[in-house]
Amino acid sequence: MFLGTLALLAAIARVGAGALVAFSPSHQLAAISLDPRNLPYYAGRSVLRMFVALAASFVFTFAYGYAAARNKRAERVLIPLLDILQSVPVLGFLSITVTGFIALFPGSLLGLECASIFAIFTSQAWNMAFSFYQSLRTLPRDLEEATEAYRLSHWQRFRQLEVPAAMIPLVWNAMMSFGGGWFFLAASEAISVLNSSYALPGVGSYVAAAVVKQDLGALGWAVLTMAIVIVAIDQLFWRPLVAWSDRFRVDQTTAAVAPQSWVYDLLRSSELQRRLRAAVQPAFDGVNRILERATRVRTQVARAGSGGLSDAAFLALLAVIVAALVLLALRFVLTTVGLAEVGHVLHLGLLTFLRVLVLLAFASVVWTPIGVAIGFHPRLAQVLQPVALFLASFPANFIFPFATLAFIRFHVPINFGSVLLMALGAQWYILFNTIAGAAGIPTDLREMADDIGLRGWNRWRRLVLPGIFSAWVTGAITASGGAWNASIVSEVVSWGTATLTASGLGAYIADATGRGDWPRITLGVGIMSLYVVGVNRLVWRQLYALAQRKYRL
Amino acid sequence: MSGTLIEVHSCSKSFPTAEGKGTFIALQDVSVKVASGEVVALLGRSGSGKSTLLRIMAGLIPLTSGSVISNGKTLNGPNPDVAMVFQSFALLPWLTVMDNVEIGLEARAIDRLARTRRALKAIDLVGLDGFESAYPRELSGGMKQRVGFARAMVVEPKVLFLDEPFSALDVLTAENLRGEIDELWNAKTFPAESIVLVTHNIEEAVFLADRVLVLSSAPGRVRGEVAIDLPRPHDRNHPHFKELTDYLYQVMTNPEQEIAAQAPPTVSARSAGERVPVATPRRRPLPHVRVATISGMLELIEDMGANHDVAQIAARLAVPIDDFLAILDAAVLLGFATVDGGTVTLTSEGRVFATASIQQSKEIFRSAVLAHVRIVATVVNTLEAKENKSMRADFFLDLLEEHYSAGEAQRQFDTVVDWGRYAELFEYDAGSQRVWLSDSPPAAA
Repeated sequence: MFLGTLALLAAIARVGAGALVAFSPSHQLAAISLDPRNLPYYAGRSVLRMFVALAASFVFTFAYGYAAARNKRAERVLIPLLDILQSVPVLGFLSITVTGFIALFPGSLLGLECASIFAIFTSQAWNMAFSFYQSLRTLPRDLEEATEAYRLSHWQRFRQLEVPAAMIPLVWNAMMSFGGGWFFLAASEAISVLNSSYALPGVGSYVAAAVVKQDLGALGWAVLTMAIVIVAIDQLFWRPLVAWSDRFRVDQTTAAVAPQSWVYDLLRSSELQRRLRAAVQPAFDGVNRILERATRVRTQVARAGSGGLSDAAFLALLAVIVAALVLLALRFVLTTVGLAEVGHVLHLGLLTFLRVLVLLAFASVVWTPIGVAIGFHPRLAQVLQPVALFLASFPANFIFPFATLAFIRFHVPINFGSVLLMALGAQWYILFNTIAGAAGIPTDLREMADDIGLRGWNRWRRLVLPGIFSAWVTGAITASGGAWNASIVSEVVSWGTATLTASGLGAYIADATGRGDWPRITLGVGIMSLYVVGVNRLVWRQLYALAQRKYRL
Repeated sequence: MSGTLIEVHSCSKSFPTAEGKGTFIALQDVSVKVASGEVVALLGRSGSGKSTLLRIMAGLIPLTSGSVISNGKTLNGPNPDVAMVFQSFALLPWLTVMDNVEIGLEARAIDRLARTRRALKAIDLVGLDGFESAYPRELSGGMKQRVGFARAMVVEPKVLFLDEPFSALDVLTAENLRGEIDELWNAKTFPAESIVLVTHNIEEAVFLADRVLVLSSAPGRVRGEVAIDLPRPHDRNHPHFKELTDYLYQVMTNPEQEIAAQAPPTVSARSAGERVPVATPRRRPLPHVRVATISGMLELIEDMGANHDVAQIAARLAVPIDDFLAILDAAVLLGFATVDGGTVTLTSEGRVFATASIQQSKEIFRSAVLAHVRIVATVVNTLEAKENKSMRADFFLDLLEEHYSAGEAQRQFDTVVDWGRYAELFEYDAGSQRVWLSDSPPAAA
């Protein structure tokens, strides 16, 4: 066991050392070797990036969520900001962040490395922070009172109440976001920005290199590697974590089926775990004591009326800042590209929006009956739900080259083909949620429907569709978010030297990013954010509220 | 009046247990007839398969062997002649009261006008006028169940199936609704020819039914039938009402007792010396009862003084009959009490256990549990045989799963752990899922 740990540490050191090497022209796509024997190393680099991003996401989550939940004023800024960040297409910002990070670490690959990690981070952090914030806002009242009555220090509170109470949703959220992160990893490892292309060693770059060299065999290896990595991380990391976090159930009722993990069982009964704990315990206790002293609650009379800014002034200041930022962006765009371009981009956005709609409609029509059939059979659902989750987290951009090849061979216009590409990743969220929704319809309601003789369309209309509506909305929101993001990489696809470009906002952004055309990048990302946020407000939020109000089971 | 509506022929039902280690027999060779114009109650403790039997008659779950004949036709799929009222109401939350009631008519392709007319009539019948456009979440439990009744009655089924329809309601609401349903039935204008009621509430069965079928547990069998030969409505103050409930209490507390087919002998008529054999723990599952609860009941009985009959103690304890019987079972199993006929007597151990100090009663419990409860003795022996005096919980769960479903095995294990901990025989850490002997904690923990 000890040897295994040492080996693991050595491997991390070996893989990690590569990140610190100097920046040189060799760090371009051409330098990626297509020899499958290099894949384990590349996969290691990619996995390391994912975990660094995850760690960063956790740190961010605790800081941001805590600040938002504990400070009224911070809340007023942080939560709407989070709301927007959550719905903005992450990939659109890649160009901005890449340039920023390269400037931060001139001449080192670390800049690119950071940009890639940041891209993954942005796909995870917002969800997680929001989940943590909501848990903090809904802490059981009695437990909060107990911590106050016993005068727990802030650190104790955080460690004993706030984090544990938030743990289950947080772990779930992190797991789902981590799955989505692979897509951004694959999209951010090899990227062309500002007229130059970079490639970090990793599976994503491997795929990109294979596409340039038109090597189908290498692509196959990459897909296999990715599948193995996803399953391994699920089994070795997430399952144990989920099984462990089950102890933090606040309601003190045990789950009908407690999550199980063979790795967790193994770890828990191992000698290593005990020794490690014994070794770490003193240091842990020390840190704990210091933090606890530092954050002790002082008895104090409630301050009467806080000094400084009044609430109204604070809000006014906020409004001014926001208005100034918007005006600045508008001026920048309008003075450089003009109003006509804005209209053009709006039109392109409409095209992409239509694609997202078609995708949602098709995915729903195809997957809802299948998902319901699976969800109504508990045994089948137990087996197939993880499969759907796996498919949802498998980075669809690994499959893009195969599809592109098929489009070229069978002369499928990319304007339609891109819908298919976007669906490759997004559809699974619909399937996954439909299964969960159908499985969540209580048995007695189904028995009632049988007893009363509800059959065929009537059964769907009265029982099944309303029953899965909430779950479907959740799935559709996720799927549409994924599809908007995917549009940036699926409206422009290439195979070797052949490049297919659809007309749409995603292609527009991808093109502007490649050429380093700042005004157009800003305009494209801005308009896309406008679409996403607008649709969220006007459609999804309404549907969600309806689901909560009327279709809650 | 006396035509047979539903006939169940030697029906059996078994479910596979977890991981296919065996099969759990829910019902074994059950035959039941439901005639026109009668109210039949299926009475049994939890695990007696009474709800399963009802669902088989409703065609909601397939049987393993045997057959069901409904209205002259062999059943294959949902039974069109019955409508069910569910314990959990089973209302669609997104439909109004009106739509919920209409849904059965809609399924039978009845035109809109007739649908509205009949639904309004049914809603009126259950006293929900004015709530037609309300959604289920706006209603109290009692009102929800009224919707459940209206939905079932509106289709005018041949037989109305009631699956513990009052047990999710509070006592007063349940009493009120039960009375109204009985009134409707007695008025002879009831929209169904017969009623089949599943319940574990003895009073309820005697109050509503013309005939009570008593089911045994694991496997579920029909033990016998008690005719409720009282004029309708059944008057709770009628002396025979009391006799019938007492008799049924007695039958329910003595799983091995044979049921007299005709009018039951009164409790006092039974000879007190008739000892009912205590089932051996190898064959019978442990009742899921906390030690403190057993002790509490024994104390209560001790306080009540002389020997008391089961019905009186149950009334004093004010817990659901199912729970009460489980506590009594545990006390009998541990040798703290005996049940003769319908009366409970504390043994000398039981008396001491009820009144002793904590340390004393722990000692008494320890010897009782070692002497009478095989599985606890098995756990202790296994642990003692091990060098480190500890064992993974899985081992015992696997043992239990040879006899029980996975869920039941887990509950059995939980009870074993509770009893073992109280007796200070062994300890259990839910974190590491290990059981160890009390005086030898695991070295590294």
